[in-house]
Amino acid sequence: MSTPTAVRVWENHLLRYRKIWGSHLLGAFVQPVLYLVGMGLGVGALVDRSTDSIVLLDGITYFEFLAPALLATTAMMSGGQTSLWEVADGFIWSHRYVAMASTPLRPREIADGLALWHTTRIALAVTAVAGVLALFDETRTWGLLVAIPAAVLTGLAFALPISAWSSTRKNGSSFPAVIRFALIPMFLFGGAFFPIDQLPEWLQPVAYVTPLWHGIELCRGAVIPSVDAGPVAVHVAVLLAYAVVGLLACRATFAKALRP
Amino acid sequence: MSDAVIIASDLRKQFDNFVAVDGIDFEVRPGESFGFLGPNGAGKTSTMRMIGCVSPITSGSLTVFGLDPNVDGSEIRSRMGVVPQSDQLDPELTVAENLLIYGRYFDISRSECRRRTVELLDFVQLSDRANDQVDPLSGGMKRRLTIARSLINEPELLLLDEPTTGLDPQARHVLWDRLYRLKQRGVTLVLTTHYMDEAEQLCDRLVVMDEGRIAAEGSPRNLIDRYSTREVLELRFAIGENDANAATLEGIGERCELLPDRILIYDDDGEEALGEVHRRGVDPVASLVRRSSLEDVFLRLTGRALVD
Amino acid sequence: MTSRAIALRIVPVELLAARRPQRMVERSVMFYRHAWLILVSGFFEPLLYLLSVQVGFSSLIGEVTYDGVSYDYAEFVAPALMAAAAMNGAIFDATGNVFEKLRHSKLYDTVLATPMTASDVALGEIMGAVTRGSLYSIAFVITMWAMGLVGSPLIVLAVPACVLIGFAFASVGMAFTTYMRSWSDLEYINAVTLPLLLFSATFYPLSAYGGWSWIVYFSPLYHGVVIVRGCNLGVLEWSMLGNMAVLLGLSWVGLRFTARRIDGLLLT
Ligand SMILES: Nc1ncnc2c1ncn2[C@@H]1O[C@H](COP(=O)(O)OP(=O)(O)OP(=O)(O)O)[C@@H](O)[C@H]1O
Ligand SMILES: [Mg+2]
Repeated sequence: MSTPTAVRVWENHLLRYRKIWGSHLLGAFVQPVLYLVGMGLGVGALVDRSTDSIVLLDGITYFEFLAPALLATTAMMSGGQTSLWEVADGFIWSHRYVAMASTPLRPREIADGLALWHTTRIALAVTAVAGVLALFDETRTWGLLVAIPAAVLTGLAFALPISAWSSTRKNGSSFPAVIRFALIPMFLFGGAFFPIDQLPEWLQPVAYVTPLWHGIELCRGAVIPSVDAGPVAVHVAVLLAYAVVGLLACRATFAKALRP
Repeated sequence: MSDAVIIASDLRKQFDNFVAVDGIDFEVRPGESFGFLGPNGAGKTSTMRMIGCVSPITSGSLTVFGLDPNVDGSEIRSRMGVVPQSDQLDPELTVAENLLIYGRYFDISRSECRRRTVELLDFVQLSDRANDQVDPLSGGMKRRLTIARSLINEPELLLLDEPTTGLDPQARHVLWDRLYRLKQRGVTLVLTTHYMDEAEQLCDRLVVMDEGRIAAEGSPRNLIDRYSTREVLELRFAIGENDANAATLEGIGERCELLPDRILIYDDDGEEALGEVHRRGVDPVASLVRRSSLEDVFLRLTGRALVD
Repeated sequence: MTSRAIALRIVPVELLAARRPQRMVERSVMFYRHAWLILVSGFFEPLLYLLSVQVGFSSLIGEVTYDGVSYDYAEFVAPALMAAAAMNGAIFDATGNVFEKLRHSKLYDTVLATPMTASDVALGEIMGAVTRGSLYSIAFVITMWAMGLVGSPLIVLAVPACVLIGFAFASVGMAFTTYMRSWSDLEYINAVTLPLLLFSATFYPLSAYGGWSWIVYFSPLYHGVVIVRGCNLGVLEWSMLGNMAVLLGLSWVGLRFTARRIDGLLLT
């Protein structure tokens, strides 16, 4: 039996990743640690001292509030970044995908392979963060094992739609804007650092639409036993919808870019 | 005291332990048009960059306008225009802005920069693209813009590193005409090129460089007389038969050059040589008798065909 | 001593070769005239951080005690974010942007074919980063004022303070850029700026670090934060001269390294 086509594409990505895996994992590991210590413990000390916060955080400590959310934010950042320059690189700079498309591989198989690769890479980053969380008493629960796939799904909900969009770009000039105007606002306001109830009324529905909030709710509910994740099925459905639509969009845009 | 614009003696350039320019001597006189020829990697660009005061010399001596590049680099550069081998236009600015800001680097007043920009864009026929970004310009347009840029400070000396590479034949002729006009105005030209016809057209004097050394120096006519015969006989054979025939042709003409795709026989009388070829029973697919050109000099001196 | 002799003692000798670094700034102005969106969007990120503090942390935390006085949390953090924004902007300009021009667009090779010198390029790009940063600092102060986070009119002094912060980080960033080999080296910058942002008494008073607070003194950003925060709270102290000295020292070291390396890098 021959290797499935998507796996062949995946291997190509893996080959390139071997050169940079060190810095990728280190980044995925160090950043959350810094946020955990700097914000979780540092700001946490201030938060937990205030009486209002007990109500606002539903009785958990700030550390417990922030830590599981970092699984989801890391997935988003990791998935988001690789799907900008790296994907565009395959089309406009190194022409990697263009080269692949001149082999028997079809565009949709290249898209599927990329999706498989995104899954792998996000899973690596998320697992690194989970490893960090396992070091702290508050977050060392079996729930981490449930949170990992939830976070990976969150990452895919970003990576796939963004990949579809990047593949239609002629250059990378609009990429920093995606990070600045989409990813960072979600990172700051998506419910990782403070509950979204604190946002102005009109902004809250926006948060409900973003994949990040759903991912954070799932991770927090899984890791911290006393937290109620809310309608789990809805969270998963929203994330799945983003990922699946993203994948279908990728297949379409890849086909358009590679077989114009 | 010599009034030469550039004087180099025993000039050397070494990168780490690789010698790019290996002790060359030459002089460029005012108003002259001087060329560097040579195969890829001969050291032409390295030499040009030293003259342009952007590459410190390793040893030997070099003066430009009678000044030392090490000490008076800025002063020298202010009187010189440079067309680098790769255009290096500013991709973040428009066509006109590229010229404007470049003039400002020379401390030319803003209004004067604007005036010259209009004039130069007209000179290189880019006026209609003045407000476009440079990235979408075609290769030849970029080259023309680079040339316009080098003229913004009304230089006395113009360094052109492969000025017409990438231009279509018509654009090349336009450029030759422009350079010729600058020369008429007394501008000294120093250029490198891979096109022998360009060298014959533009250069009063030229040197052929190879592996960092000067292999020959003189005017195009003079070099041809010295290093080649009056005529050349070109013979083409069916694929794979070059070598076999070369042996049979041994001894015809003054010299014989075996190229991948043809055989060249150097003789003052090409027709006579062709007769001898036939007498020996060799029957080429095609034959041609022509006058010697710089290309033959180049081949003789560097042992390499022009197109690597 | 003549003023030139004094200048020779404090300015790295190599930089005296600078003739008109302001031309590099002129070029940036030319660029931003039609890329004003990029210029404006640079202010977006600091603004977001400020908003997240105002909207989120303020109600979670309420008040903090600093130097024995109680302050609203947002008022406490805002000046620190202003200092951090000055750092981030300057570093971003002096590393990624400069690297692009150094290795890819070859802008500096072009500039050096004119009477401009390598020192013009180095000093000019640092000046450009600082100029751009000051615009953001002014915008930041106005925003703080609009959000009711200004505690004292002395906040206007925070603008020159941020110029100093920008200068220090731009010089060091530029020095780093001269060692950069590829884009992935930018990761190191993140690896430094994030901890600086988080551990420079930005989000909580120095006292929170307990026995570890001496480490914070090693963060150059901390010294910037102290000055800017002092300006906003209306408390200027002599010890701030010491904080300024740290930033000046950093600028000097950065300039020195840059000046040493830039010639060799550009003139090959
Ligand atoms: N910065 C550098 N570092 C190391 N080696 C260099 C550098 N610049 C040039 N060289 C080497 O010096 C030699 C001469 O290069 P140079 O660019 O002068 O050749 P050239 O005659 O202009 O060739 P071409 O016709 O291809 O433009 C080459 O072997 C090149 O690899
Ligand atoms: Mg060259």
